[in-house]
Amino acid sequence: MRTTNQYLRMAGVLAALVLVASACSPADSGATTTEAAPDTTVAPEDPTTTSDAATTTSGAPADECAVENLNLANPGALTVATGEPVFPPWMGVGDENFDVPESGTGYEGALVYALADEMGFSDDQVTFVRTGFDEVIAPGPKDWDFNIQQYSITEERDEVVDFSDPYYTTSQALVTFPDSPYADATTVADLQDAQLGAAIGTTSLDFIEEVIQPTAEPNVYDENVDVEAAMNAGQIEGLVVDLPTAYFVIAVQVEGAVIAGQFESEAADPDNFGMLFEEGNPLVSCVNVALAALRDNGTLDALEEEWLAQDGEIPTITG
Amino acid sequence: MSTSPDDLRGPSLFSPRRRPRKHREEGARGAIIAAISTVVVFGLIVWWVLSSEAWPEVQQQFFNPDHFVASWPDVLGGFWLNIQMFAVAEILILIFSLILAMIRSLRGPAFFPLRLLVIGYIDLIRGIPIILLVLLLGFGVPALQLPGVPNSELFWGVAALVISYSAYTAEVYRAGIESVHESQRMSGRSLGLTQIQALRYVTVPQAIRNVIPALLNGFVSLQKDVALVFVLGVRDAVREAQIYNARTFNYTAYVAAAILFLVASVPVARFTDWYTERVRRKRQSVGTV
Repeated sequence: MRTTNQYLRMAGVLAALVLVASACSPADSGATTTEAAPDTTVAPEDPTTTSDAATTTSGAPADECAVENLNLANPGALTVATGEPVFPPWMGVGDENFDVPESGTGYEGALVYALADEMGFSDDQVTFVRTGFDEVIAPGPKDWDFNIQQYSITEERDEVVDFSDPYYTTSQALVTFPDSPYADATTVADLQDAQLGAAIGTTSLDFIEEVIQPTAEPNVYDENVDVEAAMNAGQIEGLVVDLPTAYFVIAVQVEGAVIAGQFESEAADPDNFGMLFEEGNPLVSCVNVALAALRDNGTLDALEEEWLAQDGEIPTITG
Repeated sequence: MSTSPDDLRGPSLFSPRRRPRKHREEGARGAIIAAISTVVVFGLIVWWVLSSEAWPEVQQQFFNPDHFVASWPDVLGGFWLNIQMFAVAEILILIFSLILAMIRSLRGPAFFPLRLLVIGYIDLIRGIPIILLVLLLGFGVPALQLPGVPNSELFWGVAALVISYSAYTAEVYRAGIESVHESQRMSGRSLGLTQIQALRYVTVPQAIRNVIPALLNGFVSLQKDVALVFVLGVRDAVREAQIYNARTFNYTAYVAAAILFLVASVPVARFTDWYTERVRRKRQSVGTV
């Protein structure tokens, strides 16, 4: 008897849950119909700001990108997000500048100030904030204008965020110890038995899995620093990183390591780095204009020469 | 209307109790009340969440069916590794921590240095966050390149968990040992058992029974903490979900991983409740004799 009672009670609660669940689905479809709503509320905003710009500046398109007309997280300042810590050769180069993006050193650090200058900001109008990887892609409003930390542009990511045009194109490189059997690899076939590692969120991992396709599943780490720790610990036999980072790794982080080669593969798309914007941020077009200007006047090449150029030939590993 | 203490407890989904026949209609009424309040409470929560303007975006990013299907095989594969690590670690923890607790419970000045070592160990290890222990052992020890010492990240990750959890579990055992009345140990001793024998055959069996719910609690906790090993490059469920997230900027894979962890831990939690209740009832019925 008491069991009937229990079943009755259970049945009641279950029925209630089913009710709630079914109540969800209409609400769900309601939500999808309102999905357009945020867009429509955002859309009118754009014309008003642009028409604003038009009335004050008599319609010259270049003035949409005047500092006072930009869509900025903090008015009057360019708020740039980056990682914590930042690593050479991208930002903070030199002992006293380590993890100081404000030093304007390193390829990305110098690029940020060059861009800001091109867009009409003074150097002290540039502020840096630090973000973790997850904060960058989580939905919701951002308190920075763009994020720059060697984000590879991919189609899948582009659906969720916006990227600027590429500011650097790199190839992947293999770092290992000189006495490793993989130090003399010339094709990806030579790496079939290697235990490789890569940092999460890099295209290096995709490159290992899609192009090298080793028998052993590559290990995946939070940061390049951890990949290097694993290499020192002998847990992986080689690490795959972008070429400029590879130079930093062998120079500073893993003593005695060498760059076994840079990969040249038709199977892989070139790895393009882009600045990352919140989806739908109109600022991206103005940054692209400034970036194009820097490319045309040779600044980009000069920065690359200054911060990323390395002596010596790196052998090629073909796929 | 006569009310027994049971009635005052109200409807309880998970604690089956004996109920006199005459209260059957009340049970039915209870079911209706439970149903209505469940609809109201859950309905309000759901309405509140869905009323958020950002919900469609959140739904796309966290509960996307396509991404769920796409990430599922990898996350599931990673979860199998979680289960294996958990099983190995749990067995070692139960054994190792019992030994620690027994040493700590030994009496007499001769055992002082042993007790001191164990107390020092427990204090030290409980003071270090597990994640640091995992990192220090996982990357640090292999980097020493000592001959004969394994350098596998899986080995050291699980070792760190065993070392850390054993310190906590030893304290659980000790609480159990101390909950067994002194007279038990004394009668054992008076039968001619040595100190260690009395501990082994008299105190510990009763102690373990007393702390099984607390041990199971640690069990549930460990099920999730094995995920910490991913910092060493091990590709468990959380890491696989993270890889998917990093590749696509979509969080649905995390939800998939969370579901797997839930499926593994909820039964243990329910079992703990059921077991605690059973022990309580047994004790009560003995107590009235």
